[in-house]
Formats: sequence, structure tokens, C-alpha cells
Amino acid sequence: MSNEREPLPHYQEPLLQTPFHDRARALSQLDSFIPWSGYTTVDVFTTVEQEYFAIRNAATLYDLTPMVKYRVAGPGAQRYLNRLVTRDVAKLKVNRVSYCVWCDDSGHVIDDGTLFRLGEDEYRLCTAERQIDWLLDSASGFDVAVTEVTEQIAALALQGPTSCAVLKQLGLAGVERLKPFELRGFEAGGLRVTVSRTGFTGDLGYELWVAPEDAILLWDTLMTRGKSRGIRPIGSRALNLARIEAGFLAPNVDFVSAERTLRVGSSRSPLELGLGWLVDFEKGHFTGRRALLEERRRGPRRQLVGLDIDGNKPAVNALLYAERSARNEIGSVSSAMWSPTCKRNIALAMVDVPHITPGSSLWADVYLNRELVWERRMCRARVVERPFFAPDRRRATPPADV
Amino acid sequence: MSGAKLDAIVVGAGHNGLVAACYLARAGLKVLVLERNDYVGGAAVSRQLYENFTYSNCSYVCSLLRPEIMRALELPKHGLQIIPYDGGCTMMSDGGHLAIYDNHDALRREISRHSQRDAEAYDRYSRDVMRQCKFIKPLLLREPPDPASFRPRDIRSLLDLGFRLNRLGSERIYDTLRFWTMSAADFLDEYFESEIVKAHFAGSSIIGTALGPRSPGTAYVLLHHYMGEIDDTVGAWGFARGGMGAVSASLAASLRASGGTIRTDAGIDRILVHGGRAVGVVLHDGEEIRAPLVLSSMDVKRTFLESIEAKELPGEFVQQVRNFKIRGSSGKLNIALDGLPVFPAIPAGAPCSRGDMHVTDTIEMMERAYDDWKDGTWSRAPYIDMLIPSQIDPTMAPDGKHYMSVFVQYCPYELASGPWDAQQRKAFGDTVIDTIANHSPNFKSLILHAEVRTPWDIEREVGLTEGNIFQGELTMDQLLFNRPIPGYAQYRTPLDGLYLCGSSTHPGGGVMGAPGANAARAVLRDLGRAVTQ
Repeated sequence: MSNEREPLPHYQEPLLQTPFHDRARALSQLDSFIPWSGYTTVDVFTTVEQEYFAIRNAATLYDLTPMVKYRVAGPGAQRYLNRLVTRDVAKLKVNRVSYCVWCDDSGHVIDDGTLFRLGEDEYRLCTAERQIDWLLDSASGFDVAVTEVTEQIAALALQGPTSCAVLKQLGLAGVERLKPFELRGFEAGGLRVTVSRTGFTGDLGYELWVAPEDAILLWDTLMTRGKSRGIRPIGSRALNLARIEAGFLAPNVDFVSAERTLRVGSSRSPLELGLGWLVDFEKGHFTGRRALLEERRRGPRRQLVGLDIDGNKPAVNALLYAERSARNEIGSVSSAMWSPTCKRNIALAMVDVPHITPGSSLWADVYLNRELVWERRMCRARVVERPFFAPDRRRATPPADV
Repeated sequence: MSGAKLDAIVVGAGHNGLVAACYLARAGLKVLVLERNDYVGGAAVSRQLYENFTYSNCSYVCSLLRPEIMRALELPKHGLQIIPYDGGCTMMSDGGHLAIYDNHDALRREISRHSQRDAEAYDRYSRDVMRQCKFIKPLLLREPPDPASFRPRDIRSLLDLGFRLNRLGSERIYDTLRFWTMSAADFLDEYFESEIVKAHFAGSSIIGTALGPRSPGTAYVLLHHYMGEIDDTVGAWGFARGGMGAVSASLAASLRASGGTIRTDAGIDRILVHGGRAVGVVLHDGEEIRAPLVLSSMDVKRTFLESIEAKELPGEFVQQVRNFKIRGSSGKLNIALDGLPVFPAIPAGAPCSRGDMHVTDTIEMMERAYDDWKDGTWSRAPYIDMLIPSQIDPTMAPDGKHYMSVFVQYCPYELASGPWDAQQRKAFGDTVIDTIANHSPNFKSLILHAEVRTPWDIEREVGLTEGNIFQGELTMDQLLFNRPIPGYAQYRTPLDGLYLCGSSTHPGGGVMGAPGANAARAVLRDLGRAVTQ
């Protein structure tokens, strides 16, 4: 399926269109597009609020195609990936997915992403940033081929409580038996689609992977069959709200890749990002291990935590203090929102030790715009466990038939 | 002169002389600037040598001029406007090209045409260059600390430098030390695999420098050219509207607004010295002008070897000045064109022709071009940095016509075959024109006028020794506390009352203004006056 017109060369049209672009363009009421990894994608279709509540109440489609995808294949693939990422890849079975981070030699996070094991010696690594130079440099000495396949695969995130029901409407037999982080190929109505039970919303949801030529058929089928289940497309703004509630990190928002940082101290280790559970020191050598061992021994100086803040004004970019008088600055907020589902004013923040333990009480200076007059409020903030929102339905197998 | 006593004479109305004069005049000093040409600007000039065309005769892009200086001297109010240009390109001998675009995605896709790996390594390359720039930036507008003086000021400054180096962490200290001494070719090899990508970025490591891309020290020169981009603000890289003379014109206007005076056609014969003190100058016509302070924006050789009698100076110092490396290696063509040249290698509609264009597609070619220079001739296949500013700045040429600025590397100050003459100059110009014509079939037919300038011409017209655009090579042995002479890196000289304020001093060449500003502050500090940033 081709788009309405031939794209112009890159120097006149730097952003690519995804295979779903024409459908998205038609449904976008606000013409609100933003660049994402070299593609133009929808920020808001109708209203952020309607799109957000569809994630928590019905089913939503989000165009994932721009996510950078690498095929990692060969007899040395598993050993290569085990050297690259901090988690133990040997434990990842075929048709399973794992969330991973990988670091530079200093133990600073280069990126996070999901690793799909598609076969005995074939993996797919989905990342936020393009980094073929790092992946190829790391491959030296391993019998493995790493190739970018972003343009060869179209992907949609289907997320929300009715998402499983929508897939059943498509005739994907047995899709309800798919467990979290499991993936399987399906064929129905002339459509070959790989379904993984993964997502960025913290809710029941799936990600659907097809060849670009099947993209429009997938979209149209989902929109038609899912109509009675309240399906609607969403943009990045609504997704961002769901991911904060789920406590997921956004690259370049909550941390900057060590491949990009200019300032000393701007790079973050997995321990600082609260991702220590992803680091397996027992599995053998991996890049950054020595630095991370040293950091574990010393203890991290700061850590990313969840905050619950008084009031209902999102503490966007707020500085954090140990006391109301704002004498000692101890951190800053990277993501913040009023959670419409939890009815809590939540945030992700980088906070200095020792203020990182749940229950710690800090102060956030929140700026309020009162009809163009800015006011500053010191609001109490408590360190709380993440995720902020984790409904049982995200894990239930089979999911409730709604 | 009005008869009122002068506080300071600044020799040379180049941009650094004018910057120094502006700062002094703003501090309340009575300042006179003397310029031997009948126009101000030195190497930052706009001249009309062909009807209705304005050339940026010497310097041609504005990237390094410190925004702190533009702001402090109110240059925008006095007419200076810097306009950005978009990208650039290198045309290849096989008819292909590599373009540089502002948009990150366009650039990635462009570099990917040559190497996907390089396209993604480019981010790491930019990061590392920016890291080095961020380390160096605070040093630009400061006196370099003297590691041997043990004065509290120097010790504080050195401690601060050491502290900042230490804060970089061990790996980055290694990176920094390697970066300051390695060759551009080695540096680029650490990031890129594609020849054309390396060649494009290596260009700025040789501009104005009598070194090849494989010579140690050229990685720093590359960085020196990047310094303008560190502000991350719109307009950091661009053209001065009206040509580079607009920089000097705004400085002159700012100076006059602060009560300073400029005299053109007033070249100096020598600096007057009395009892180890500079006390004024003598002009070519014998006129004596006295002032307790003399600032020379001439390069260090011209100041001490040609304008002061050797007997007034310490012998070892004179020897060190003689040894200062200030070699001519660049030429310049300014060309009036009857229309826009066509470059078949560049796709029609691509904006890269509005930036800097090059035709050297391998580092090997650059190194061979350097070999010619070492052999005492201009490069047979020169590296050129070619721009057509009139595509962006409508004031440079009549409607539909264009001004092209062509910087040429390498061109020697002295030819092995004998002195430069009209015939040799024409042959040099023809080499450059033929080089361009190889990539543009209609180029030659569009030429209305061409100004060809060899290093010898630049020395003669601008006063830069050997026509070296930086007033001295930018190598580690001539940077920071070693620039220009160890022990005399803080703008002061062996003679009381005599200061250097040109690009021979820290932080070096380019239309940056920092040497002039730093020198003025050194003067004011010595006078016990308040020094403002």
C-alpha cells in the first residue's frame, strides 16, 4: 500500500512517513504531528484526555513504526547480547521478550529497549536511539550480524482493557493465552501478524508487527473490528501520560543516553535509574560490569524515584529541596502529571541519597500559571513506590472478556 | 588631534585592535587607533573592487566572534547582523557528493547514503567535539594562566583549570590531552569509516594552517573552527550581513560612540621606546604621537622585529619571536559572477549549495595538497572552502548576480621557483578556477572579475606576516601560556606600557575578538581600573 504521493528527498522532507501515515493523517483532527526517530508521527488526534481514557477504558492504536529495530542473528547472537546488555540473555527463551538496558564501559546507560527472541539464534532489539556504530563496535569478536530493520517492519501498539477482545474479533485463535512478554505469529483473514504481549502503558496490551505492505490492512481491520470495543488511535501525548503512571522511563526525558551527554555527571547508571533489578552481576562479563560493581559497592549517589506531590498542579521541571525553606537542593523532576486515574499528583525525579527511600519527605517548588501570572508554591512531596498504576488486568491470562 | 592628551594608542584597526580600543574607550580612556590602510578592518573587510559587488576580501564567515563582545560593545546597535547559513557539501570526483544539513534527520539520511555507521557515529563525534569545546570555552575570554609565575592570580587560575580538568573524570582527561596533540586524520579515524565523511570534516583542521591533516596538532585546529557552534544559539555560524567589513564597521561605530578616534592612512614606522617603556609611535611621515600606553594588534613578529629596535628588547626574547611559527599557507579568490554557477554533483534544490562547498574528497588528497606546499608551490589540487554569500545576503551583489568567496589551502608565501609575480599569481588563480570549473560547467563563463590573493599579497595588503590568517600557527607549542612567547602570554611584553592585542596572543586567530578584549582588560587591570566582562 503506498502513500498518497511520493516523498520528497531528505533535504526537502527530512522526516519519513510510516506505512500508517495516510490513515493517521485522515483521522488527525488537529494536524498535530511531531518528529520521532526520523518519522513524522501524531502528537494528538482529537484531545489528549479522550485518547488517554481510551487507554485505560477501551482499546487504542499507537503507531510504533519509528521505534528503532535491529535484527541480531547468528550463532554468536546470544553471547553477543549477553555481553551487550546487563540482563542475563541466556534466560530468555524463544518467543519471549525482555526489557533491557545497556551501558558503556563506565556503566552509564546508552539506551533501554526490548529484546525479542524470535528464534534459536535470532533476536530483535528495539531501541529509542539509532546506534548501529555502538552495536557493531560491540560485535567485534562475535559471530553475529546486526542490521537495522526499522523500515522493514510496521508496528502498532494495541493497548487497553479491551485490546484482547479486539484481537479475538480479528480471529487470532488462542491470542488470549499469550502471557505477558510472550510473542507468537498469527494468520487470519489473509493477514500475517506477530503479536507480543508488551507495551508502554502499564495496562493490558499488545504490540503487533507486520510487513509494511500489510500495514494498512492491519489498521483497517483493527479499526473496523474493534469499533464496538471503543478502539481509537492515540498520539504521543496520551501515551506519555500512561507511561508515567506505569512508572516507565522515557529516554531524553528521564535520562540522556551516555552517547549524547556533554556535561560530566549527566550520564546515568542503571542503579541510579532504579533499574538495578536489570543488572545480573552473576552472569559473567558484560560491558560496564566493573564500573557497576564499583558503584554497587560504593552505593549510588542519586536515584530515580517516584513522587506523590501535594496539590493537583503537575510539578513540571520542579527543583526538589530537603526542607520547605529550600536551603538544600536535592534533586529535580523529569516527568510530572496529574494522574486522572489514580487521582494523585505524580512525578519521576532524580533525587540525591539519602532522600530516595519510600516515605522520604521532600519539597517541590511548583510554578503555577494563574491567568498568565506565575506563582510559586512549595509543595510537600513523598517518595513512593513505582508503578503508580498497575491494574491486575495487565497480567491476567486469559484477560477478562470485556 | 584635538590636543587633549592621549591615554592609549592602538596600532592597527583590525577587529582585535578595534575591540581593544572599544573596551578602553568605554573605561574612559582617550584612545587613538592608527591604521596604515585607507580603510579599517584589517582582515575583516568588505570592499568594492568591481562595480556593485561587495567582497569579504579576507575572512569570509563569522562563527567565532564572541557573543559577550558583541553584547558588551553593543555591536548589533551599531549595525552588525549575523545571519546563519545552512550546511555545506563536498563534491566528489566520481560525481557524487556529501552534504551537511542543519536538520538532524536530513543529515543522518544524507551521511547514511555513504555509511549508515558513520551517520550514527556522527552523534558521538559531535558529542566529543562539543565536550572539548565546553572545556575550552571558559578559557577564551581569560588571560591564560602562567604555570611558572607563582603569582596568586596565576595559581588560582591554574587551580581552577586543574579542578575543571579533574572534574572531567579520568577518561575525559586522557581524551582532552590526546585531543590537543593528535592529528585530525587520527581523530576522525576513531569515528568514521567513509573517506568522504572524513575528508569533509578534516577540512577545518587545515584551514589557515601550514600542516597536513596527518600532522599532529591538527585535531585542535579542527576544534578551533567548531568553537563558534558552542553557543547552541541561532546565528552562531553565519555571514555578517554586508560582508565581514560589517564587523569592523560596527566596531568602529561603537568606538566613535565611546569617544575613541581612528586615523587611517597612518601606518607606523616604529614604536617609540624610552628607558624600557613604550611612549608612543612614529608614523611613516615622521609624525610622532605620544601616549603612555601602546597596544599593538600587529602580529608578534611585525611588532617586535619590524617596529621596535632589537636593542630595546631582551636578546632571548627576540630569538623566541624569530622562532614563532607564522607561516603563510592560504590564498583567497574573490569572484564576481554574472549568475549562479551550476554544480551537477549537487541535486537541484538542495540547500547545501548555500553553505561551504568543497571538492577534496579524500584526506589523502589534502595531504598531497600539503606536499605541494612543502615543495614550495601552490597545491595542484588545492583544498578550497567556497561560498556564495550573495545567495543569502542580498547586499553583496546585484540582483541575479553573485559573489563567490574561495579560500584556498595550500599556497606558499615564497615560491621555490622565485618571487611571486603577476604571471605566477595568475597561474595560481587559474589553478583554483580550473578546480572549480571541473565541478561546474558554466562557472568560467560567469566570471566578471576575480581578485586573486596569495599569502604574499595578504602580507603586503593586510600586514599579516607571511599572510598567515591566524597570526601564528594554532599548535599546542603556541597556544595558551605559550602564545606567543612563554612568560609573555598575558598580553604584556618586555616593555612597560606595550601590550599585544592581536591574534598572535591567546586564544588565537579567527574573527573572535577575544585577544583584543583580553588585552584591554589586562591594560585596565594594570591601571587599577575596574574591569568588566
